[in-house]
Amino acid sequence: MTEPERPNPDVLLTALQKEEARQKHGKLKVFLGMAPGVGKTYAMLEAARRELTAGRQAVIGYVETHGRKETDALTEGLELIPRQTIEYRGMTLTEMDLDGTLARHPRLVLVDEFAHTNAPGSRHPKRYQDVLELLEAGIDVFTTLNIQHVDSRAEAVRQITGATIRETIPDTALDGAEFELVDLPPEELRARLAAGKVYVPESARAAQEHFFRPGNLSALRELALRFAAEHVGQDVLAYRQAQGIADPWKSGQRLLVGISSSPTSAALVRWTRRLASELQAQWLGVYVELPNPLNDDEQERLNRHLALARELGAQIIHTSDADVAKGLLRVAREQNVTQLVVGKPAGWRALDLLRGGSLLNRLIRESGHIDVHAVRAEGEAPLFRRPSPVRFNASNMRGYGIALGVVAAVTALNGVLQRWAGYQTLALVYLLSVVVLAMFVARGPTLAAATLTALLWDFLFVPPIFTFRIESATDLMFFCTYFVVALAMGHLAARLRAQQAAERRREQHATAMYLLTRELAQATDFADLLAIIIREVGKAAQADVALSLPDENQDGSLSAYFTSTWAMAEKEQSVAAWAFRRRQPAGRGTDTLPSAEGMHLPLVAGERVVGVLSVRLRGEAALDTNQRELVDAFVRQIALVVDRQRLREADQRATMVEESERLSKTLLNSISHEIRTPIAAINSAASTLAAARNSSPAQVPWSMVDEILEATGRLNRLVGNLLNITRVESGHVKPKLDWCDVADLIQVTLKEIEKDMAHHQLAVEVAQGLPLARLDFVLMQQVLTNLLLNAAAHTPPGTRVQVRAATRDETLVLTVADNGPGLPAEALPHIFDKFYRAPAARAGGTGLGLAIVKGFVEAQGGRVQGENQPSGGAVFTVSLPVSKPPPISPEGTL
Amino acid sequence: MSDTSATKPNVLVIDDELQIRRLLRAGLEGNGYRVLEASSGQEGITQAAQHPPDVIILDLGLPDMDGIAVLKRLREWSRVPVVVLTVRDREEDKILALDNGADDYVTKPFGTGELLARLRVACRHALPATDSPIFRTGDLEVDLTARVVKLKGREVKLTATEYSLLRLFVQHAGKVLTHRQILKEVWGPNYVEQTHYLRVYIAHLREKLEADPAHPRLIGTEPGVGYRMQAES
Repeated sequence: MTEPERPNPDVLLTALQKEEARQKHGKLKVFLGMAPGVGKTYAMLEAARRELTAGRQAVIGYVETHGRKETDALTEGLELIPRQTIEYRGMTLTEMDLDGTLARHPRLVLVDEFAHTNAPGSRHPKRYQDVLELLEAGIDVFTTLNIQHVDSRAEAVRQITGATIRETIPDTALDGAEFELVDLPPEELRARLAAGKVYVPESARAAQEHFFRPGNLSALRELALRFAAEHVGQDVLAYRQAQGIADPWKSGQRLLVGISSSPTSAALVRWTRRLASELQAQWLGVYVELPNPLNDDEQERLNRHLALARELGAQIIHTSDADVAKGLLRVAREQNVTQLVVGKPAGWRALDLLRGGSLLNRLIRESGHIDVHAVRAEGEAPLFRRPSPVRFNASNMRGYGIALGVVAAVTALNGVLQRWAGYQTLALVYLLSVVVLAMFVARGPTLAAATLTALLWDFLFVPPIFTFRIESATDLMFFCTYFVVALAMGHLAARLRAQQAAERRREQHATAMYLLTRELAQATDFADLLAIIIREVGKAAQADVALSLPDENQDGSLSAYFTSTWAMAEKEQSVAAWAFRRRQPAGRGTDTLPSAEGMHLPLVAGERVVGVLSVRLRGEAALDTNQRELVDAFVRQIALVVDRQRLREADQRATMVEESERLSKTLLNSISHEIRTPIAAINSAASTLAAARNSSPAQVPWSMVDEILEATGRLNRLVGNLLNITRVESGHVKPKLDWCDVADLIQVTLKEIEKDMAHHQLAVEVAQGLPLARLDFVLMQQVLTNLLLNAAAHTPPGTRVQVRAATRDETLVLTVADNGPGLPAEALPHIFDKFYRAPAARAGGTGLGLAIVKGFVEAQGGRVQGENQPSGGAVFTVSLPVSKPPPISPEGTL
Repeated sequence: MSDTSATKPNVLVIDDELQIRRLLRAGLEGNGYRVLEASSGQEGITQAAQHPPDVIILDLGLPDMDGIAVLKRLREWSRVPVVVLTVRDREEDKILALDNGADDYVTKPFGTGELLARLRVACRHALPATDSPIFRTGDLEVDLTARVVKLKGREVKLTATEYSLLRLFVQHAGKVLTHRQILKEVWGPNYVEQTHYLRVYIAHLREKLEADPAHPRLIGTEPGVGYRMQAES
């Protein structure tokens, strides 16, 4: 018999945590179909009805039946949460009421069309985000989805059907979901389509025939089947890990995909995610920033690709390099990547020869042990890279103006110079001006100046002058060479400048981070730190800033720090609160509530969210990638510092409390020692005397010795009471809870104060089979002693004093009752007050006994009350919460 | 003491209070002890090394060093019985002292009679064990070789754990045993926090052995510290 492999504790822990998270989390069940019309909604409703029959509650959050009778019939009997109506540009749109559903908090809710795009003005742009929020609130969700809307499959669907898919959901939204494949053979689906049973929106009628071609449907069906199968595989893997079955997968694979602004990049990202999830591997998306800047379109596309990769679960890394191949390989080596994914080049480019082969060739040559995948990917836009359009914005206009001015000035100069210099020399003067110009203006103006000077030289100085004709071969060669050299110089100079600009930007980032860190380090305390953060972020981002921190009471509410420069309206505060709760950025420029005024970034440090940083830019523009990156870096740094400072403050507070406790303990000990030593001396002396009673002469006044002993006893008790009340007052009573036998407790207490109770009739009544109680024996002994002495002091001799102990549902009830005169009515509200003495009390008490009782009982989480019995006399009741003691295994006798 | 020898037993009193030392001296010398004094922990250790006493009375509140530290230092080389003097509401100190090798404790303010009784028990335990395997106190008789327990001459049936518990008490009769010490000895080191076992078995033992289990005389409770079996036979 072989021993089963022991599960790795870490893996097991992760599995347990996942399990736990899943239990708190709602479960997502996806009814997956290959195409519209396979009956997903129908299947979902049927499943919901089964839940209902099984006695589990299921309600409809949003179901679209498209007026089909069979489907409509299924919704009957299911509770319907009213939809929310949203007015948008004169149209009335209906959406699922997310807040209504959250408030209703059903066990299971049905939400149709997972990939739906919400009406503008909803909380989230996409419905799947609504669903994620429902799941997070612990609500189970049934939903429907067509395979074409799964992000990692959208590209494949586009290739199969030619249809562009606009509504997609990230694969991460499906993590942990259970899938039910709603399958229908293609012929049947086509039959249903022909019978008009499939709802197709008006706008898509034309495309319908193409989409539902039998060949397409078979391919889509296979895609859906495979997707469902893969996800079942994931469940199996999770199960195997939980059961300690060895992982059959290759482990330790790390994938890297190069991300660029190229339109094919999105397809590459999806391909890599698919491979990564099949390999159960981590994957990175790497963007290599090149010296020449991207134009607006390219930047926008790049941002989209990076966001897509992030959504699909990639770790994103930015790096800068003049050479893409070198940049990718550097990151790949740093990150121990095992497989690298790049696009297959579409064609052959002359420039590659200069660089020593195409990107792919060089990657393969220099990748060493890293595997390289060259993936054919089609772009979603024309493949030709458009040359960066020359933009005529303000700064460019100035550049052209300068270029024109310089060209005019140099032409004038050449007009003068031609008296002494030959016309060919003048070309060199022109060239000089172009080179100098390139250092100050952008590429466009430089190239324009190069062209213009070439033409002017030809026109004005090359004979025959005032024509563009060139007659001698030398002049022609000279002209051509000039043209090429001027263009090349202009180009190179411009590139240099772009590189410098990128360098400068990075330097600015680094400087900004450095300044922030330096400022933060100067904070003297927490309040100062927060003020510095608000000031520095405001300065760096040119924005109004609010910093919100969780309130002390930990109920999840936030309040903005008072030096915040942005007084957020209630709506913004709720967005900030959302960001805090969900640990995700929200507001402008994000996926959640993009219509908000500002961007709200949670400060996440490790496991904790320490607050939310809200930023409202002055002016209309949203943050560009560059600024966003800087803000993200800021936020990470701030989160760390805030968290560290908070821990430090908590630590200091704890140290202070500890110190004060230590001091008061020292004080108590020394008082205790100082007062008790003389008492001990008196007591010892008196008791020695008393012991000699039998052997010593009769004329010693023995009664005096007894008086000394009694007074010493009283004094000692008084000191004890004073020390105890000091402990109660300073809050330093720390009960040492331990299992106690209550009968034993009562017995020990009574034995100790036997003498004091000698003149009263004591009765003890302990309930049969009283279980052990978790109490502080010594504190409870003091409580009982004080209650009994109190009874003895306030009742005449011969009074009956009864001690009872019993448990009443998880509570131990101890009572001390007497049949004496009872408590005076005016004293009742004050009996537990410190130094309070009942009006008619006998001399000798201090009024501390009952205050100590109250303090000690409350320190153990109990309550005490004093009242008069209907039958006469006072009764004090101590109630303490108790739990069942752990079981003890029985054993036989010897 | 039964074995009155020619030499009186030496008792070393380590206490910083002159008055207490004077009183102890008076009380002890009147009862057949010879008294040595030390007013600080350091002096006490030196004294104990130079004139090995038969028993030590140690005050836990010393000016120069913690009484527990003195105790630990003494225990490094000496097995002399130590009775600790403490103030009332410092149970943790008592437990700490007992667990660190003190033989007993006396709470201030104390009566001389109580102190003398404690000293007697402590000294007796320091002597080599008597030959007799039979222990008697009141009506109880325990035969440690035959593992037989008799009450008023009639055999009492005990479980294995009850017997181990009783045997431990008998072996340390008159001495206080902390909860921790008992749990460790009877149930093992993993059980030192499981006080509920102890409470339940003490109740069982009292039920079987005490004349009136509600007012136990044989096994007494030391509040917050532990239990003590009555020694006088």
